[in-house]
Amino acid sequence: MVNRNQQPSHFSIVSVAQADKPKAGSSPVDFSKAPVNADLTPEQKLSFLREMLRIRRFEQASLKLYNQGKMGGFLHLYIGQESVAVGTCSLLGPNDHTITAYRDHGHALVVGMSMDECMAEMLGKATGCSKGKGGSMHFFAPDKNYWGGHGIVAGQTPLGLGIAYALKYKGLKGCCLTYLGDGAVNQGVFHESLNMAALWDIPVVFIIENNQYSMGTSLARSSSIKACLAERAEGYAMDWDIVNGEDLYEVRAKTFDAMERAREKCRPTLLEIDTYRYYGHSVADANAKKYRKPEEIEFYKENHDPIMLWEKRLKEEGVADDESIKKIDNEAKAEAAAAVKFAEDSPFPELEDIFTDVYHEVDMGTEAGRTGRHFFSD
Amino acid sequence: MPVITYRQALNDALAEELTRDENVVIMGEEVAEYNGAYKITEGLWEKFGSKRVVDTPISEAGFLGLGVGAAMLGLRPVMELMFWSFAYVAFDQIINNAGCVRYMSGGLINLPLVIRGPANGGTNVGATHSHTPENFLANTPGLKVVCPATPYDAKGLMKAAIRDNDPVCFMENTLLYGDSGEVPEGEYVIPIGLADVKRGGSDVSLIAHGRAVLTALAAARRLEDEFNISAEVVDLRSIRPLDEETILDSVRKTHRAVLVDENKPFCGVSSQIATLIQEQAFDDLDAPVGRVCSLDAPAIYSPPLEELQLPTVDRVITKVLAVC
Repeated sequence: MVNRNQQPSHFSIVSVAQADKPKAGSSPVDFSKAPVNADLTPEQKLSFLREMLRIRRFEQASLKLYNQGKMGGFLHLYIGQESVAVGTCSLLGPNDHTITAYRDHGHALVVGMSMDECMAEMLGKATGCSKGKGGSMHFFAPDKNYWGGHGIVAGQTPLGLGIAYALKYKGLKGCCLTYLGDGAVNQGVFHESLNMAALWDIPVVFIIENNQYSMGTSLARSSSIKACLAERAEGYAMDWDIVNGEDLYEVRAKTFDAMERAREKCRPTLLEIDTYRYYGHSVADANAKKYRKPEEIEFYKENHDPIMLWEKRLKEEGVADDESIKKIDNEAKAEAAAAVKFAEDSPFPELEDIFTDVYHEVDMGTEAGRTGRHFFSD
Repeated sequence: MPVITYRQALNDALAEELTRDENVVIMGEEVAEYNGAYKITEGLWEKFGSKRVVDTPISEAGFLGLGVGAAMLGLRPVMELMFWSFAYVAFDQIINNAGCVRYMSGGLINLPLVIRGPANGGTNVGATHSHTPENFLANTPGLKVVCPATPYDAKGLMKAAIRDNDPVCFMENTLLYGDSGEVPEGEYVIPIGLADVKRGGSDVSLIAHGRAVLTALAAARRLEDEFNISAEVVDLRSIRPLDEETILDSVRKTHRAVLVDENKPFCGVSSQIATLIQEQAFDDLDAPVGRVCSLDAPAIYSPPLEELQLPTVDRVITKVLAVC
């Protein structure tokens, strides 16, 4: 398999003009000194830890519910990848937006959705963020500029482009972080989106969260270019970079550069952030430990866990100690436990709720919504 | 009243809505500098500029998805498909994203989006360019489907579609673009979901949408002249929402129904109309509901044969005579 986490790539944003073999001969860079990181306060650094722990404890609690048979459908866990959502979303400003695929719990919590509404959604409850109509793969919070939560691989990529297109159209200085998995780079609509983004100077940042496997198919078995997925941006005259996802400082530094390029120059970027998922594609992925060795997973947990590494860093910097970390972790666990209780105590939607939230005009009772028959029974 | 073409009526509707609302943006292949493959957008780029009228690459899935994303933030994109047949490379964007995002978000998002273009056979361009997907799309709750038959309806319904806050699939017909009809000069909007009785009658109801309405009207004239049969012609105008009352009122009056539908017969629009009539007007019927659809094979290229594959006036008359 392609394992770049053991040899983190350290290099600044690669421009199209100077694109080179980015991984070769790169020397370690301390991204904590990058302008976007240099002025971080201890409180901010601790908040990154808090957000990562909240995601992990939330998902561990959800896994328990899934295994108890209380949840329908699929559960795509983000555990192992927390630094990507936390690092990138920590940079969001008021006109910046996010959209992602079905592995969407981490981004949802980081942008400010509550554990309660997310856990309730997963149990199909009326108190869920989508009133129990979307499920685990479809969390949305437009009030937090978070546009899902999309189930079809790469299907969200042109939507992210369109959100950024609308920002530019309206003259708003912002960008749309559009996340996708490494499997999505092989979908046609993703390439159509890259082309239009570069052609029209759209302020979008495509972020490939490369967790090495598209379900059970390794990158080596699915990509014609095996060493680097972001390099595909070359075909679209787009800037790109690869990022060591286990280093929060690097994630922030490189994502910030891409966001600034979008906001200031209206130019898109394709970022590839290396990361790793500990669980299967979904929890229903029966072969999660067959297409890769269990030792590989253990190796990542022991050496590349983004939370463990951040805790280590915070201790080295004197920002946190075992006690303060334990306190934050306990709070995250308690919040997750409370969310489970909230979700379990919540009611399911009513039968008639099936017919709401289909058409805006019908829900609003407008003349358009009252004209003609919109729903057909048997 | 001025007489203009179906094409001009659409063009006028687009120009008026571009003027009225700065969030309306027209996108599609060849819509701007080329003036539209079928000239529906002729002159709009020159008048409104490159921000409002945008040529896209040939990337239907990509640009329809872009339209969905832009609609999330409040733009009102009107996306042209050069042919609705090309929607088939973009079904994920239309069905899963335009059609389902509102529902999956629990009503937090709405998508004021129009996808428009011709959806018809009869132009000898082979099966790939001759699809009529109104049944597929009307099968997706969350989408609306509109199929105007006349210049007057085309303009009024297009304006309604652009103002609607839900995604509307607007299906035109290349064979109708050059047809002329009376269209008032002033502002008017036709609500989506209202059928229109295009011709009154007492012996049989011919129920149709799109160009099949004209086939039904031609058949009605001959039925009257040659067979002394008075046929009423009901134009559905929209498939979803559907004006059930106008359909049922007509059938309850004439006691006979023949459905004319350029869809294929299996699971086509007329299947749903037939179900509706037998469920709600069974006791009013004096004969089984008849259907005249496209002959059930991919659209044939051979010009004289394709003409016969679509519903013809002769086939409508034969079917009416069988039930009257």
